[in-house]
Amino acid sequence: MLDDFLIRAALAGIGTAILAAPLGCFVVWRRMAYFGETIAYSGLLGVALGFLLGIDLTLGVIATAVAMALLLTAFQAQRKIPYDTLLGILAHTALAAGLIAASFVGGARLDLMGYLFGDILAVSKTDLAWIWGGAVAVLAGLFWLWRPLLAMTVNEDLAAAEGVPVRRTGTAFILLIAVTVALAMKVIGILLITSLMIFPTAAARPFAKTPEQMAVLAGAGAAAAVCGGLYLSLRFDTAAGPSIVIALAALFFLVAAPALAFRGR
Amino acid sequence: MLTVPGFQDRPQEKALEAREAAIPEAEALAAASRVSLVLHGKTVLDRVSIAVHPSEIVTLIGPNGAGKTTLARMLLGLVTPSSGTVGRREALRVGYVPQRCTSDWIIPLSVRRFMSLTQPVSRARAHECLGETGAAHLIDAQMGELSGGEFQRVALARALAREPHLLVLDEPAQAVDFSGAARLYELIAAIRQRRGCGILLISHDLQVVLGASDRVVCLNRHICCEGVPGAVAGHPEYVRLFGPEAARSFGLYSHHHDHTHTLSGDVACGG
Repeated sequence: MLDDFLIRAALAGIGTAILAAPLGCFVVWRRMAYFGETIAYSGLLGVALGFLLGIDLTLGVIATAVAMALLLTAFQAQRKIPYDTLLGILAHTALAAGLIAASFVGGARLDLMGYLFGDILAVSKTDLAWIWGGAVAVLAGLFWLWRPLLAMTVNEDLAAAEGVPVRRTGTAFILLIAVTVALAMKVIGILLITSLMIFPTAAARPFAKTPEQMAVLAGAGAAAAVCGGLYLSLRFDTAAGPSIVIALAALFFLVAAPALAFRGR
Repeated sequence: MLTVPGFQDRPQEKALEAREAAIPEAEALAAASRVSLVLHGKTVLDRVSIAVHPSEIVTLIGPNGAGKTTLARMLLGLVTPSSGTVGRREALRVGYVPQRCTSDWIIPLSVRRFMSLTQPVSRARAHECLGETGAAHLIDAQMGELSGGEFQRVALARALAREPHLLVLDEPAQAVDFSGAARLYELIAAIRQRRGCGILLISHDLQVVLGASDRVVCLNRHICCEGVPGAVAGHPEYVRLFGPEAARSFGLYSHHHDHTHTLSGDVACGG
């Protein structure tokens, strides 16, 4: 069954969706969209690094994404530059450096477009193992972090005052984001990864009464949108990554936006 | 809010004397001793000492930027002082009532779920604690739909469900109108009476808050004056900081509440 590239693509897409969407909820709740994007943009450097060292590319991306995540956390306390400005500088520096490094290191062997916009139809069995193994590990981590992370998302001082280890929890969370970015890259590409985290979350909001409902709804919506995007891609022979983003956008504008408007928000 | 020229240079001896008289004997729940904090080259706190004891309401007042919240966070162990020491009773259980939570509640959270934010709380227990703060009817409401006053009652109930030794309230009456604030402080006083927990109140709405307090600490990076509410309200430093208007309106309020807490009552009338 896994020999069919379409089945592999669908499985990879669904795995990525149910991995990225619940994490995306916290990214949205904690106002970290740009943070996630900056980590994602560092992914291409990881690809180059993987090529250079001859190691697995996913491992290379995980390594650079984790390094970028820790760097961003270390800078959070500084007051010299506004944080979003710093994120912008680092994001585009990392992306530009990644583009140059990738062309130097990989040359023609490296499918740049595939890393930037995803190449879900070329997903291998190894990729599939990475994605599903990683999804299980990351979601288990998120499950474990759930209560403290939720508490510090609602109010960080409250959580800290009542004994939640906020620093450790926050660091563990951004490591989960870094791993997620690395795993999702193959499916949707580093430039579009944040859409898989943010769109389904935004779409799920008007229908959710609890944080858990929102995470589950976002995961289901993301999985549906990925399948829809795959269909679009096959039907009209369009690039898979952008097709998935269009399906995610449809989910938001056609399902969630009317519900939001109806509620008078 | 107000800046007073030359304020930093004032000697603190008088303030220290006033405090000695007001501190109860029992072991403190949390205490800071001569703590200072320098952040980015700016002195945020300058040799401040404060302690909260069981069954005591300590109110921290001062203008915006006076370091009130920083000092409270330091007492809770969330900020490390540049110098001085902070101590907390062993296994101290803290209940924290923030001013507000995430601004627009994009996170869907019912009051019921909010009650178990940092530790699991049964529905019956949640209901009981919400009842204590007059918010039992809100148990199934969404947090985003609460008014400022409702949020404070719910947040207070959540903190109470932890059976705290020390309750910390950050500007509880910020988003509440005057009479709502008065009722809120009555509630806080009643909770102290019933549960015997120590309470640290951060506030700058002076008129209402003082009457409910056993001890008032007036902070403007250093401790300006300190003592029982009446003494503070009449203190020249307090009048300098907040103006004579504040001192007068304080007296008005506490007069109504003489009977509920004797410690502040009789002295307060003189303010």
